[in-house]
Amino acid sequence: MSDVAERVKKIVIEHLGVDADKVTDDANFIEDLGADSLDTVELVMAFEEEFGVEIPDDAAESIVTVGDAVRFLDKATAAS
Amino acid sequence: MRRVVITGLGMVSPLACGVEDTWQRLLASQSGAGPIQGFETSDLACKIAMQVPRGDGSNATFNPDQWMDPKDQRKVDDYILYGVAAATQALADANWKPQTDEDRERTGVLIGSGIGGLGGIAETAITLHEKGPRRVSPFFISGRLINLVSGYVSIMHGLKGPNHAVVTACSTGAHAIGDAARLIALGDADFMVAGGAESAINRIGIAGFAACKALSTNFNDRPKQASRPYDRDRDGFVMGDGAGCVVLETYEGAKARGAKIYAEVIGYGLSGDAYHITAPDPTGNGALRSMRAAVKRAGITPQDIDYINAHGTSTPLGDEAELTAVHGLLGTADGTNALSMSSTKSAIGHLLGAAGAVEAIFCALAIRDQIVPPTLNLDNPSVTTSIDLVPHKARKREVEFVLSNSFGFGGTNASLILKAVA
Repeated sequence: MSDVAERVKKIVIEHLGVDADKVTDDANFIEDLGADSLDTVELVMAFEEEFGVEIPDDAAESIVTVGDAVRFLDKATAAS
Repeated sequence: MRRVVITGLGMVSPLACGVEDTWQRLLASQSGAGPIQGFETSDLACKIAMQVPRGDGSNATFNPDQWMDPKDQRKVDDYILYGVAAATQALADANWKPQTDEDRERTGVLIGSGIGGLGGIAETAITLHEKGPRRVSPFFISGRLINLVSGYVSIMHGLKGPNHAVVTACSTGAHAIGDAARLIALGDADFMVAGGAESAINRIGIAGFAACKALSTNFNDRPKQASRPYDRDRDGFVMGDGAGCVVLETYEGAKARGAKIYAEVIGYGLSGDAYHITAPDPTGNGALRSMRAAVKRAGITPQDIDYINAHGTSTPLGDEAELTAVHGLLGTADGTNALSMSSTKSAIGHLLGAAGAVEAIFCALAIRDQIVPPTLNLDNPSVTTSIDLVPHKARKREVEFVLSNSFGFGGTNASLILKAVA
């Protein structure tokens, strides 16, 4: 697992209070990990803070699974 | 109007997490005071407080994980956490677990707070200033609103009746119980979880109360002696954190389901000082009218009252104004010698919006155990009175009628009267 994926996973576990084995690549924050809409806003904020990037609202809306977040952040951190 | 009784108690206090442990430590004349832990106090005039003892839950310490999911704890200020813990304890103590839609819809929540999420507001203001609005948490508002104690308790326990909150500074807890009792008496609900919660021991809270000269500052090196209501050396209150909640229900309903009854809420009085934003009216007129209203509602005479749990915050002006009011209530009739009046703030500090609820619980326990809790540190009373101020040690005595006073900034007064139920 990439460094980005590890860091994303850690944030998700901490913020959503879920077991590590549930935080798979295709786990949906709302449907699989019990998040509500406010939790997802906070998650995106935590990703921004951790990776020092800005995630615009339209991009944030497309991040619905753990894998979505990892792929977005892989790209964003590679670009910077 | 329907009769209303108290059937469940819950508490988080500076002495302990839990009603019985707090009560036993209070009766043993223990104090919850100490040097402030958790933030810098070197530049604060007041360096002491009565903080909730945290731990793994053993020895009656407060373990947040026992009361709220860790992921939710991060979203709220401590007053919500304490309020949820006290409400959960009270519902368990009352053995009331509404399962049907009807029962849920007939059970409401009315828990207030004096100032709510002061600490979180201060921290978030710094975040906003340093990092900008995109770093303000989506849980900032919901974790600081005062009525969110009632909100969380309602959601966690599925309580769908009236959902309300009181905000009357240091009278909050008493007003919450009084108002909730009326909702039941008038038929808006059959059960209410009512009380107050507070967590104002943080840098901005201490700085603010110190600025308006409300806090004790002469006892930073002797914290356990700082809260000394009625004593000539008192110089302000000592802040406390925590929460108190009761379960209220109809007398008939409690009897029918075989619930244990701690006491009946027979009197509730309210008044306004119309005098000053922070100072009490030195004549005690507002306090007197609040007590008189409660006595009238209760249908008793002032001489019937066995014990008063005083507001008694240990401020130079407030304690004597209240004593004056109590003397005014009793008048010149004999019977003054029969009254005991103590301030439990000497042991747990001033829990602001939670104070009235925690102190009403002590009143219910005084009735149950026929004992009145002490006023600690009352070495040299500043005034002479024939009222027994219960110095230093708890005292066994007959306790049938009890009055609890709470007075708040803005000149808001509330008095509750409880009665033993045979």
